[in-house]
Amino acid sequence: MNNVVFGQYYPTGSVVHRLDARIKLLAVIFYIITVFFIRDYVMYAAMFVFIIGLTLVAKIPLKVLLRTVRTIVFLVLVTSIINLFFTTGEVLWVHWKFIKIYKEGVEHAIKLALRLILLMLFPSLLTLTTTPMELTDALESLMKPLKLIKVPVHAIALIMSIALRMIPILMEETNKIMLAQKARGADFDTGGALKKAKAMVPVLVPLFVGAFRRADELALAMDARCYSSVAKRTKYKVMRLTAKDFVAGFICFAVFSLVFLNKYLWPFDQMVLALFK
Amino acid sequence: MSIEVKDLSYVYSPGTPYAAAALNGVSITVNEGDFLGIIGKTGSGKSTFIQHLNALIKLQSGSIKVYDVDLTQKKPDLKKLRGTVGMVMQYPEYQLFDETVEKDVGYGPKNLGLSEEEIKCRVKEAVELVGLNYKEVADRSPFELSGGQKRRVAIAGVIAMRPRVLILDEPTAGLDPRGKKDIMSLVKRLKETSSPTIIIISHDMDAVAENCDKVALFSEGKIQAVGSPREVFYDANALALAEMDVPSVVKIARELQKKGVSLQGKPVTREELVEAIRRWRDE
Repeated sequence: MNNVVFGQYYPTGSVVHRLDARIKLLAVIFYIITVFFIRDYVMYAAMFVFIIGLTLVAKIPLKVLLRTVRTIVFLVLVTSIINLFFTTGEVLWVHWKFIKIYKEGVEHAIKLALRLILLMLFPSLLTLTTTPMELTDALESLMKPLKLIKVPVHAIALIMSIALRMIPILMEETNKIMLAQKARGADFDTGGALKKAKAMVPVLVPLFVGAFRRADELALAMDARCYSSVAKRTKYKVMRLTAKDFVAGFICFAVFSLVFLNKYLWPFDQMVLALFK
Repeated sequence: MSIEVKDLSYVYSPGTPYAAAALNGVSITVNEGDFLGIIGKTGSGKSTFIQHLNALIKLQSGSIKVYDVDLTQKKPDLKKLRGTVGMVMQYPEYQLFDETVEKDVGYGPKNLGLSEEEIKCRVKEAVELVGLNYKEVADRSPFELSGGQKRRVAIAGVIAMRPRVLILDEPTAGLDPRGKKDIMSLVKRLKETSSPTIIIISHDMDAVAENCDKVALFSEGKIQAVGSPREVFYDANALALAEMDVPSVVKIARELQKKGVSLQGKPVTREELVEAIRRWRDE
């Protein structure tokens, strides 16, 4: 358990993995904004192609990336169905008793599903290719300007990295406690929801007690080594932007701008369609 | 015969890049009345092995029979098994959870589906067996007890299920010398009064040599040697292979041997050593 990196980091050592985490994080932010502005299918398709291409470059099996979408399947289905039935429009396709499905509703549902899936895919690619520690460092670096308005950036970053570090430890602890209570005849698998929730009490109480004990010990250990949140400290791994980071950043910026401004500046999709005619 | 293990093998996370073999063809028989000590380096498969005996780990290959529960069957009677085999994990005090000692110790018996009266009776008996004053601690929160008392309460929680086999995973870890001695004499008392068969994992070779009548030496998922403490602790090859130390009594006997003092009878306990030295002096 200990040597397994938490999260879904999928090490392949590709160029995407080695990119500066700050660039990747900025790209994800720009990407999310872009996805909200997409209106037509061609642009959705363009985004999917871009992500698949990036996944290939990152040497991550497509299956692994698609697995991340599984977690939101339920959300996608529910929102799509709601949109399907409750969007009104001009072209009525189905009318059966009180159910009315409009052409606009169908379109709405499809686009919403596509948008949600897109919103899941790219950030997943980020966490697949970046370790949680790199992400925290990147966030700290990007939040630096906030120091000017007295935001405790370093403390926030520290809290995040400690929280990330504790997750595998607590997972192991949970496992141990569950085994111990099972040995005392606990049954976690049968019964209804209420019974199952009740069965978790003998696991959760020791888990919380343990978490507080660990927090106490960690604080003491940090204190003993004179840790101070205001001290000026240097980094063990200094983040430096290199040429490949600028190239990658430029490519992402270019692609997203193209998609983002499609409707407003030029009919990019019309040009692509014309090529195929 | 209480426990029979044949050709047990186990691999953690099989079929993934993280696959790791923990047990590799382990066979051993434990008889009723045995005091078995399991020794071996960290990662030699000791804990994985004992977790199998309580079906905390699903059997992958090989066979285990605990009294009349056969773990190779599709749906073994786990309730019965866990009532038969009591397991005290490492640092058991970290598993206490209930408001009072009474309720916490009664958790196991309650899971066995016993009546209120029976539970109360067993809790009282178990708390007193581990050397605590029932009247004093019953209504207190287990969290306000001292470290040693907490461990006793946790052990009582397992004893209250009246297991015929009691397994303890490093019961003396993290205690001071006095606490270690207390817990070991508690274990011996439990063997005489409630659980006739004891299996103990320990890194304390002296304690194993003093108390156990059978020792199993684990190394890289295999049993390197099994037998009486005398046989195992004087098996220099097996110990070297497993990179294990010997009890101080054996160490002293070895040093004396180097100085030309050859003792008779391969002593492993302190009394035996004293006796052997006396006999040598008299000759």
